[in-house]
Amino acid sequence: MKVSVVQFPGTNCEYDTEYAFKRLGAEVEIVWHKETSFAEGTDLVVVAGGFSYGDYLRSGAIARFSPVMQAVLAHAEKGGNVLGICNGFQVLTEAGLLPGALKRNEGLHFLSKHHHLKVATNSNVFLEKLAVNDVVNIPIAHHDGNYFIAEDERQALYDNDQVLLHYCDENGNATNPNGSVDAIAGVCNKAKNVFGLMPHPERAMESILGSDDGVKMLEGFFA
Amino acid sequence: MKAIVNISLKAGVLDSQGKAVHHALDSLKFEGVEDVRVGKQIIMKLTSTDEAAAKKEVTEMCEALLANTVIEDYEIELVK
Repeated sequence: MKVSVVQFPGTNCEYDTEYAFKRLGAEVEIVWHKETSFAEGTDLVVVAGGFSYGDYLRSGAIARFSPVMQAVLAHAEKGGNVLGICNGFQVLTEAGLLPGALKRNEGLHFLSKHHHLKVATNSNVFLEKLAVNDVVNIPIAHHDGNYFIAEDERQALYDNDQVLLHYCDENGNATNPNGSVDAIAGVCNKAKNVFGLMPHPERAMESILGSDDGVKMLEGFFA
Repeated sequence: MKAIVNISLKAGVLDSQGKAVHHALDSLKFEGVEDVRVGKQIIMKLTSTDEAAAKKEVTEMCEALLANTVIEDYEIELVK
């Protein structure tokens, strides 16, 4: 299993992501944004979290034009798996690889805490190790995590089983920390090979640090 | 020529910042405010002297980078 982790100026979760995938046994390479290709045999490309280009203009808006994004597009087009975490999710929506957009949190505050999530579908490689309605405990850390998608397109997301996760409380009851429509925390593309979520599974790898629920999510990418 | 681009959230997309500013104005007793929308303004100095060409180019800039048309609208004003 070969993972490439994309690093822009301002990315700050690349080493956590590297640690998480190495812990699961993957070979991991951090790829600087000026690169135009990934190593031969790369299975998964992760666009890691952080504040690419200082979140100037809009979160992810500038990063999407970095040279490496051509390689991300090419990897996704040939069916390779792509995972965008937090700022990576924002970059993938800006790049048009994922539907919708991320707005400023409804409460306007930066949120940094553990949050529970409910699995909406497991008919994809990312969540296949979990069951529908499973509740996982994963940290969130974002200012612009308020997911928006227009009403008509939202229905299409549900029809195609593209809504991955909803925010909830520890008992699985709906809660909404940031104002996202339907408390959506993550989505995938129609082909189910490009995934994006605001929460950080790579920060939930050790129970001693609060949760190891991220293991089951990231393990999905391992054959 | 100068291009002034005003970007704001689309009608129907909740503007949390506008709402917070509205609340603050209320608490300062400015009671005549019906609605507040917060946007951003991008001012560019252009080399072009042709208005139509400039409008076309700035529109392309808005679609490609300056606005996220999933959630935002933009208005372009050209000043000679």
